[in-house]
Amino acid sequence: MTASKPEWQLRLYVAGTTARSVAALENLKRVCETHLAGRYSIEVIDLLVNPRLAAGDQILAVPTLVRKVPEPIRKIIGDLSDEERVLVGLDVRPVG
Amino acid sequence: MPPRRFETRSSMATRRRTPRTSATTDALPKAATGIAGLDELTEGGLPRGRPTLLTGGAGCGKTMLAAEFLVHGAVRYGEPGVFLSFEETAEELTQNMRSLGFDLDELQRRRLLALDFVRVERSEIQETGEYDLEALFIRLGHAIDAVKARRVVLDTVEALFAGVPNHAILRAELRRLFRWLKVRGVTAIVTGERGEATLTRYGLEEYVADCVIVLDHRILDQVSTRRLRVVKYRGSAHGTNEYPFLIGSRGISVLPITSLRLDHAASSERVSTGIEGLDRMLGGAGVYRGSSVLVSGSPGTGKSTLAVSFVDAACSRGEKSLMFSYEESESQLLRNMASIGFDLGRWVRKGLLRIESTRPTLHGLEQHLVHMYDLVRDFSPAVVAVDPISNLTEHGEDAGLKPTLMRLIDFLKMSQTTALFTSLTTDAATVLASSEVGVSSLMDSWLLLSNLAYNGERTRTLQVIKSRGMPHSNQVREFVLSAKGIDLVEVYMDGDRVLTGVARVAREAQMAAANELLGRDHARRRRDLANRRQALDAQIAAMNMEAEERAGDVEFRIARERLEAERPHHAAKTGATATTGAEGATGAEGSDPAPRRRRKA
Repeated sequence: MTASKPEWQLRLYVAGTTARSVAALENLKRVCETHLAGRYSIEVIDLLVNPRLAAGDQILAVPTLVRKVPEPIRKIIGDLSDEERVLVGLDVRPVG
Repeated sequence: MPPRRFETRSSMATRRRTPRTSATTDALPKAATGIAGLDELTEGGLPRGRPTLLTGGAGCGKTMLAAEFLVHGAVRYGEPGVFLSFEETAEELTQNMRSLGFDLDELQRRRLLALDFVRVERSEIQETGEYDLEALFIRLGHAIDAVKARRVVLDTVEALFAGVPNHAILRAELRRLFRWLKVRGVTAIVTGERGEATLTRYGLEEYVADCVIVLDHRILDQVSTRRLRVVKYRGSAHGTNEYPFLIGSRGISVLPITSLRLDHAASSERVSTGIEGLDRMLGGAGVYRGSSVLVSGSPGTGKSTLAVSFVDAACSRGEKSLMFSYEESESQLLRNMASIGFDLGRWVRKGLLRIESTRPTLHGLEQHLVHMYDLVRDFSPAVVAVDPISNLTEHGEDAGLKPTLMRLIDFLKMSQTTALFTSLTTDAATVLASSEVGVSSLMDSWLLLSNLAYNGERTRTLQVIKSRGMPHSNQVREFVLSAKGIDLVEVYMDGDRVLTGVARVAREAQMAAANELLGRDHARRRRDLANRRQALDAQIAAMNMEAEERAGDVEFRIARERLEAERPHHAAKTGATATTGAEGATGAEGSDPAPRRRRKA
């Protein structure tokens, strides 16, 4: 990983713009802004548009959040409504 | 076994050639699996457009069967397939299937097959809030679209239970998945691991209810046998028994393979057994082509040798032969048979003979038979020898022998293959008759080899107990093994006894000696007769001589008497008769007094 890339690279897999995927993205953004402000990037992949990409990260459930960097890869499935579990899942030390 | 099943299965034999258009498809369309035996058993295949649950313990062949279903679908029936694996990676699966001769890579290149490996790693997954398994559907849907698949295998979705923490969601999603598969109209196999009390560990049978097939891997007497059973098949008749199956080198075969109807054509062609004497005993021409011959006998009576002779004769005719040897390895058999003049090695090299040596304990009885089916279909021999069949039964239930053997014999007859089975028995003839009667009734000819121990010597004998449809000798023949092969010696009939071995040789010598003695006696008597004749001849000569003497004497006297009678006339005229008169006086004095008196007067 080059230094120019952000410290946290996250990828969110969704299937179309369902209420659940919208909620998941909103929840993720909120968590990141709170705890990882300026140090993250989020890539949203819609599997309905790119079904091929599901195999790469072994995605079964949607929504699935994948922490690509820092390694190791971690996956969190669900709408990310439980902030505490998201932080545990991403292994992020909460700020404040 | 109920007779009804026989009917349905026998009707399957005709249907097998066109598995997808069978009579039963009126009721329920089916997708042929292409797996030998399974299509017969399910009367055409799996329910088309519906999921089938395939369950069984670890290592009983679920993945193999499912993969074969896809491969045959793609290759034979023009139905591309998707294999969604939760356990093996695409590479592992490809490798495993290559060992059975299925090239999954090639099928993928031709876009007849899509392999997708779904890795489920519990440790990587955290869950927060609600989710569904739409991604799995998308992946599967994408794969189906990519190859236009008509068949799908999910192996094993139960792995999801380990990876997806929320089972309530998972169950709901699985239910949706199976419904979705039906909507897509694909014929699917869903595999599951067998549970303690349920068909599958996580109760998949709840969702897949159209067809359930259970595979089983059972150990009986330390020999494992794989079995398959169609537990449920909604809307279709099916065989409900457990059927043994085998994962052979060419994939899965399930018994039954043939019908149980007796409608094979009977050939009137005869084939030699390779032993001239035996052919002579069997009406002079050997056995019928396509018939089955049972050779039973106690140890060391020459059963294997007879079997080899049978095979050797077939190879000499240029026919292919297959020999199953359950007691000797190929090289051992070749060596041992070379010692009695059978050079089997040349047939092996020519590709006419195949020797299959396995330990009987390798499989159960049924699996051996399935294995035989495979080989026979593969090699299509004219002659098959099984040496010995009794070894197969040692490790199975005896009750199973007859039906399975019947299937084998039936199968061989259908393909006009002449078969010879040897069977090891004890020497006692009564025990033999009762123990073999089950099998022997299936056989067309039954030869019995036995050892006769008599007078400090053991002799091999052969007799034909039965031979259907031909005149056969009811005599016991002596069976002689020499470096030149097998010879059947005509037994020596001595009064009401049949002599064999040394007794025969001794008797023959004895008879020869007696003959010689008799010859001498005859010569002596002839000489005696000749002598007597000579003596008589001499006597006759002497008597002839005497008779001639007498005849001469009589003639003389008659002549003299005539002379004397004429004298009175002559004496007066000539004096020449004086000498005669003197003679007459010396020869017959006093015999004719009257003329003398006349002369004196």
